[in-house]
Amino acid sequence: MKLAIQTKDFSFTYPKTKEATLKGINIPIYANKVTALIGPSGCGKSTLLRSCNRIHDVYPGNSYDGEILLYDNNGEKAENILQYKKENDLINLRQRIGMIFQKPTPFPMSIKDNITYGLKLSGIKNKTELLDRTEIALKGAALWEEVKDRLNNSAMGLSGGQQQRLCIARAVALKPQVLLFDEPTSALDPISTASIEELISELKNELTVLIVTHNMQQASRISDYTGFMYLGDLVEYNVTETIFLNPKEKKTEDYITGRFG
Amino acid sequence: MNRLLLNKIVITLSTLAALMGISFLLWILVTLSIRGYHSIDWHIFTTDLVNNGLRNVIIGQFILAGIATVIGVPVGMMAGIYLREYGINSKFAMIVRNLSDVMMSAPSIVIGIFVYGIFVVPFGGFNGWAGVIALAILMIPIVVSTTDSMLSLVPQELREAGIALGASKAQVIYKIVLSAAKIGLITGVLLAFARVIGETAPLLFTSANNNFFSFGLSNQYPSLTVSIYHLALFPSQTSQNLAWAGSAILTLLVLFINLITRFIFKPRKQK
Amino acid sequence: MLFNRFFRGLSHTSAWLVLTILFAIIIVLFHYSKSAIGDFGFFHFITNSKWIVGNDGNGGNFGGLIPILGTFLSSLIAMVFAIPIAMGIAIFLTEIAPEFLKAPVGIAVELLAAIPSIIYGMWGLFYFGPLLQSWFGGQSNSLLTAGVVLGIMVIPFMAALSRDAMNTTPSVLVESAYSMGATRYEVIKDIVFPFAKKGIIGSVILSLGRALGETMAVAFLIGGVFRFPDSLTSATISIPVLIANNFGEAGNLQLSAMFYMALILFIISFFTITIAKFYFLRKTD
Repeated sequence: MKLAIQTKDFSFTYPKTKEATLKGINIPIYANKVTALIGPSGCGKSTLLRSCNRIHDVYPGNSYDGEILLYDNNGEKAENILQYKKENDLINLRQRIGMIFQKPTPFPMSIKDNITYGLKLSGIKNKTELLDRTEIALKGAALWEEVKDRLNNSAMGLSGGQQQRLCIARAVALKPQVLLFDEPTSALDPISTASIEELISELKNELTVLIVTHNMQQASRISDYTGFMYLGDLVEYNVTETIFLNPKEKKTEDYITGRFG
Repeated sequence: MNRLLLNKIVITLSTLAALMGISFLLWILVTLSIRGYHSIDWHIFTTDLVNNGLRNVIIGQFILAGIATVIGVPVGMMAGIYLREYGINSKFAMIVRNLSDVMMSAPSIVIGIFVYGIFVVPFGGFNGWAGVIALAILMIPIVVSTTDSMLSLVPQELREAGIALGASKAQVIYKIVLSAAKIGLITGVLLAFARVIGETAPLLFTSANNNFFSFGLSNQYPSLTVSIYHLALFPSQTSQNLAWAGSAILTLLVLFINLITRFIFKPRKQK
Repeated sequence: MLFNRFFRGLSHTSAWLVLTILFAIIIVLFHYSKSAIGDFGFFHFITNSKWIVGNDGNGGNFGGLIPILGTFLSSLIAMVFAIPIAMGIAIFLTEIAPEFLKAPVGIAVELLAAIPSIIYGMWGLFYFGPLLQSWFGGQSNSLLTAGVVLGIMVIPFMAALSRDAMNTTPSVLVESAYSMGATRYEVIKDIVFPFAKKGIIGSVILSLGRALGETMAVAFLIGGVFRFPDSLTSATISIPVLIANNFGEAGNLQLSAMFYMALILFIISFFTITIAKFYFLRKTD
């Protein structure tokens, strides 16, 4: 099976903190699959997710240990993304690995400009191409039908669920290899949540998904693989079905059955 | 003393205080309206100070304040951007922020004679540029402070979303953060402009005044505020009426800008 | 990438520029004060009550006692007048005013703050001063008039800052006090004020800093006479007014003495404002 990302003994410490938040994580993220990270608050799942696109680097002073390997589209050659130092490398990384946040973050621009923002950053200037890719991206996020006649309206006028789908379209427009989702539906109503879950299941045909969620039912619904984390350790990782129906570790079982967290 | 009675006394006193504040405002506005009404006519706007009109000084005040804005706003805004976007954890930023705040409340006449020392003495006389610089120095700390606050209202996730798409820090600030804070930033600029257009002390010994219409900033330059000062103290009815006319016009202008920022440019609270 | 570095560099430079301006002010003030400092020293200067221009128009005997006194006294009067009223307005706006009044009164306070100081001077000179004179006798341009009008000018600033400080009291605390049957006065006295104390004190000190440096209104109203005030209603002078009145025709030593006065004023207000900021406003960034 093709790998998209593989971490090797990856540890992470926040600035001015003595104890590491992530301790020697080894986790495979398989290509064209949805991998979910679950666990109680503070277990480090978001920290792990955010390490994959090096967004921690916006806040200087972190220390990394170990490796995070990003494979190419064939699943063969890999690079340790923790080694990237130059801003150019980080920018390229983020165009390969996109991120969707917990709160929808539409830019204060029109719907169209939101999508073309990332495209223009990657150097695309041709107006036709921009429009085409905008349409493809919005269709890919199941938003096209709803906004096609108001592309020039402000994105701030969309509903929460639509805004989140816009953010997904925005990320998808760049044709990334991996998409990171940080609790993408926790701020949304059940109907929007359902439509985004459906979207994620479709997206995995085109790319790889790593999703952090505190909603276990969501993880069991949409993910192929699940990792359970606790206090900075990856306690158990397996095919989703096994984690939920037949967990090997006691802690996992306790969490799944609601004894804590 | 009876609790309820004490309470009633305090409530009454506070309400009286509020009434007093409002009545001072009304008194001043009414005075300005009456004296202004009697002194303002078309003549004021079409002739210059030399002929007992205010045309040149009104335009002059706008020009001085306008150029000061063109200089002061970019500097202030860029400094404010540094404080909020680049210097979040730096001691330097903290020092600049605090010293800038201190400068905001510093005596404006001191700024005036500082500029006298560097822009009037070496250049051989009062000149408009010195006035512009003095006003710009007054403006900068205000713009720094409002930029800093307005940018702090932009949610951090918006910045992260830009970075996550592969934008560089400058691109995120320029295209996303500044857009998001746009309304608040414009409000800050307008308020700084309104403050600066009413200043007298910094102009007294920099651009001084000029009875004639002029675009030449290398000489003494006409300003409304300095004119009001000299006219009011001159013992003639004509001058004093003119001073009232100028006062009414100035106040109208300043209050107008303040009200615009309140009603049209209401800074939206970021969710 | 070039844009990136350019943008960052520009903003960094602008921040340095702000700092540079401040240092430049201090340096230039010192530079021009040098001859006065040399001739008069410090303690002699601030205790000397004379201001006499030399016969040749260049030298002279200059002392800052009277203007310094005038500055302090007028500001003191301003504080005595402003504090109760500003506090009353702040209390009114936070705890007493019904919702529909909060906005109009708030706007009125902001408009008062926006009125240029020269307007206060005009109004004081022709209307308020004569009124005070009819009540208290003495001169219409006096320490009292200047002090009271200065107070009026400072009220909106103090009221707004105090109100903001009082609004930071968590509403849960306020509500639980009311639900125990406390009167509004008691809630203010026991819950809001202690919580907002630092901010309120800070706003008072900051307002004092502003009052110390105010020029135009005081120039119109304090009388501009270089003598000790025998009473509240006699005319005197303050540092900014001294500078405003005499700067134009000053010979070398007098000019230097005025820069010296400006330097003293700048340092006094700098310290006052800094104390307000660091010890009481404690802004968390």
